[in-house]
Amino acid sequence: MRYLPLTPEDRADMLGVIGAGSIDELFVDVPAVARRSEPVDLPHHAGEIEVERELLRLSRRNRSAAEGPFFVGAGAYRHHVPATVDHIIQRSEFLTSYTPYQPEIAQGTLQVLFEFQSQVAALTGMDVANASLYDGSTATAEAVMMAQRVTRKNKAVLSGGVHPQYVGAVETLAHAAGVATLRLPAAIDAEDAVIAAIDADTACVVVQTPNVFGTATDVTKIAEAAHAAGALLIVVTTEAVSYGLLKSPGAMGADIAVAEGQSIGNGLNFGGPYVGLFACKEKFVRQAPGRLCGETVDADGKRGFVLTLSTREQHIRRDKATSNICTNSGLCALAFSIHMSLLGEQGLRQLASLNHQKALATAKALAAIPGVEILTPRFFNEFAVRLPKDAAEVVETLAAHGVIAGVPYSRLEPGSGLDDVLLVATTETTLDTDITFFAKLLAGAVQ
Amino acid sequence: MSMNNVGRPTRPEASNDDAGFASLSGGRGLLQDEPLIFELGGWTKTGVDLPDAVPADSALAGLTRDEPIGLPGLSEPEAVRHYVRLSQKNHAIDLALYPLGSCTMKHNPRLNEKMARLPGLSDIHPLQPQSTVQGAIELMDRLAHWLKTLTGMPAVALSPKAGAHGELCGLLAIRAAHEAAGNGHRKTVLAPTSAHGTNPATAAFCGYTVVEIAQTDDGRVDLADLESKLGDHVAAIMVTNPNTCGLFERDVVEIARLTHAAGAYFYCDGANFNAIVGRVRPGDLGVDAMHINLHKTFSTPHGGGGPGAGPVVLSEALAPFAPTPWVVHDDSGYRLVEEAVGPAAQAFGRMSAFHGQMGMYVRAYAYMLSHGADGLRQVAEDAVLNANYVKARLSDLMSPAFPEGPCMHEALFDDAWLEDTGVTTLDFAKAMIDEGFHPMTMYFPLVVHGAMLIEPTETESKAELDRFIDALRLLAEAAKAGETGRFKNAPHLAPLKRLDETLAARKPKLKWKPVAPAPLAAE
Repeated sequence: MRYLPLTPEDRADMLGVIGAGSIDELFVDVPAVARRSEPVDLPHHAGEIEVERELLRLSRRNRSAAEGPFFVGAGAYRHHVPATVDHIIQRSEFLTSYTPYQPEIAQGTLQVLFEFQSQVAALTGMDVANASLYDGSTATAEAVMMAQRVTRKNKAVLSGGVHPQYVGAVETLAHAAGVATLRLPAAIDAEDAVIAAIDADTACVVVQTPNVFGTATDVTKIAEAAHAAGALLIVVTTEAVSYGLLKSPGAMGADIAVAEGQSIGNGLNFGGPYVGLFACKEKFVRQAPGRLCGETVDADGKRGFVLTLSTREQHIRRDKATSNICTNSGLCALAFSIHMSLLGEQGLRQLASLNHQKALATAKALAAIPGVEILTPRFFNEFAVRLPKDAAEVVETLAAHGVIAGVPYSRLEPGSGLDDVLLVATTETTLDTDITFFAKLLAGAVQ
Repeated sequence: MSMNNVGRPTRPEASNDDAGFASLSGGRGLLQDEPLIFELGGWTKTGVDLPDAVPADSALAGLTRDEPIGLPGLSEPEAVRHYVRLSQKNHAIDLALYPLGSCTMKHNPRLNEKMARLPGLSDIHPLQPQSTVQGAIELMDRLAHWLKTLTGMPAVALSPKAGAHGELCGLLAIRAAHEAAGNGHRKTVLAPTSAHGTNPATAAFCGYTVVEIAQTDDGRVDLADLESKLGDHVAAIMVTNPNTCGLFERDVVEIARLTHAAGAYFYCDGANFNAIVGRVRPGDLGVDAMHINLHKTFSTPHGGGGPGAGPVVLSEALAPFAPTPWVVHDDSGYRLVEEAVGPAAQAFGRMSAFHGQMGMYVRAYAYMLSHGADGLRQVAEDAVLNANYVKARLSDLMSPAFPEGPCMHEALFDDAWLEDTGVTTLDFAKAMIDEGFHPMTMYFPLVVHGAMLIEPTETESKAELDRFIDALRLLAEAAKAGETGRFKNAPHLAPLKRLDETLAARKPKLKWKPVAPAPLAAE
């Protein structure tokens, strides 16, 4: 077997050194009822050729985004990732290292994390950022838990524009931790509605911009209302490229900004692994979840980086930890940071503008179709449209003709009464011909 | 042979003493110092070429970001050099043995990386129509089948994103099952003192009070203590098996029986499943829920601290409470059940948006196919053999925490052998860096004084093991010979000396800040 270096002679020699007569003697502590003398009922080992054949078979039964017009977003976006990113993240020293617990031989990973935190803090307009969480949805849930710790209050109010699957992730954790959640009914342009729901028990309000319908909102007034009631404002963003065009959460008064960072540096990967961005005001940092990398010096006075404030974490604090998180999303954070470094401020702004332009062009083309209505008043690169038919059916129809039209809102929140709503996303990878073809097919499908 | 001079090979002139040598510029040969990206002056640079955006009417007036963001850019050559230089400051499993106990740093096959990058598996969206991703959903179904078969369990929740996320998933299923049965008053979780920190952290997160179970002198759960603490208030026990001392819980079947008799569930921390995969099925031991770290047992890369993946296998009793989504298939094909309605109404919710760590599923599945049922069994055997070999060859110099009987996949030593040497576990571990190895896990598990937990994994050759053991033997002899200088200031040969972690925590500096402009010189 190609991954196992020991030869039969090695094994015999080593058993001799150990003083065991057979490998079975090393498993002597396993109760007799559970000892298996034969391999389980699964295929035996296979060479690279056979494994490639099987994985290729599975891969060919999927329609990849690059094959044609593709307008799917709703929390994951297909952007172009420069070739350099994938090359660097496959370097052994990044790919095959562990969490940097031994800083003297992990400065590569640690400096990257410090740079990542600095980039995320700048993008979100916040004081500090952590070294990443699993993804945007779990980062949102962790933010709600943090608000509970900071305010010692037990209620979270979520707007009707928060991604329904994010709401699901929040509700799971909140239920476990005894935090009540109030999620307002799905609404295309009503982030402000959370203000009326804030009361003295409210630990935090959670709003999303651009929200799941693509609507961008200035949340400054929400921040003021939350703060007046002693609650924190959590601002969620699922499309990190929007930071290049839109006001930052920090500039609008957010206490915690969380985001899905997949858009920068990371592929779609059918939903994961992604990278959760988490940033907050400095005064709350000791209540933050996840790893933090900080600057320090070594014994010679040279600058270096270490994981810090780990007295918040599970391996030290155990049942008193701020979160049970052990892993972060290190390699995805690296990919994010490399792509962000390549873009720079100028590249990010240009990328964001380009995304916005594509959405404007697509919206214009679709708005011209009789019966199709653009619902999102202010959008970045994604918007909702109302169709004269069931959106899920339309998506299936267009998929059969090679166009992946977007996400029917009903898939995210069945029973919301928005079965005719389609979420349409564009990026810099959207071609003008994609837009034309999409509009043409859609016009036919809604006749 | 390379020729540095015109047609003439070079040779060293004479042996010279390099002690105290310093370069003129501060450079250190191949080991490059590297500034932060913020210090490279790239405020107006970009390393991407994008078409210009054509101005168009936008409704975003008043919402746009007009002030500078503060992000530097790098051209492609600068970026490549920056990250390659940084990479060279990391230890990695591809470089040398990485014996972090409980972390399972094994070889990461590159075939898995190649497969995970097939466009049909990487360039697909979690929300595109399910009819257009039948192969992806089938892959999830195949992976689930392998995990269920290897563990002997009837169900699996694939979506948890890491081991700790899996623990959370398992405990939430247990909690939902208790609540459904009218047993919501069970608010205690029992866990051994030797448990991973994530166990008590997860239990506390779920609103449970954690009570510790005592350990016997031979490193196992104390059955009498367990029995005395079980009762109508206990929701679950969390036991790692093989445990964090690297030992198989001999009485695991009895542990399960007692737990079930008390009406509680048995959560098994499966972080060490790699020691028994293919040889023991946790389902045969009475386990109700167990997470599997795909990044440990099934070799997906650790990536400097993630991403991981932590699917949870579940017993018949807990299966109805598994979180969405999950895969079903029938004559019409494969389908993801995404909502907790209808037959899925008992699902406790969802762990995250979308369907979990697909990129990790692909890698793990490629690894499983490569090894097969026979190879995976060999994985466990070689992992256990390697650990016992390390233990056997070091036991005369170092003190094994549990000398009697075999260990499983990791060898645990305490620091009794360092007594009176002036060298601590930490010093010894840092000195290993100078010898070219990553330190072992230190001071964990908490039940062993000055613990040193060595997990070599099955992907080390005998030659590399011998090299490692020989280095540790030399170090151990040096420690006993009183060469404290070698240890106290170690590492000597790493890119940096020991770092001041106290300073970092006292005055947290968590991001780059521009240096304030120099004040104007006084008139």
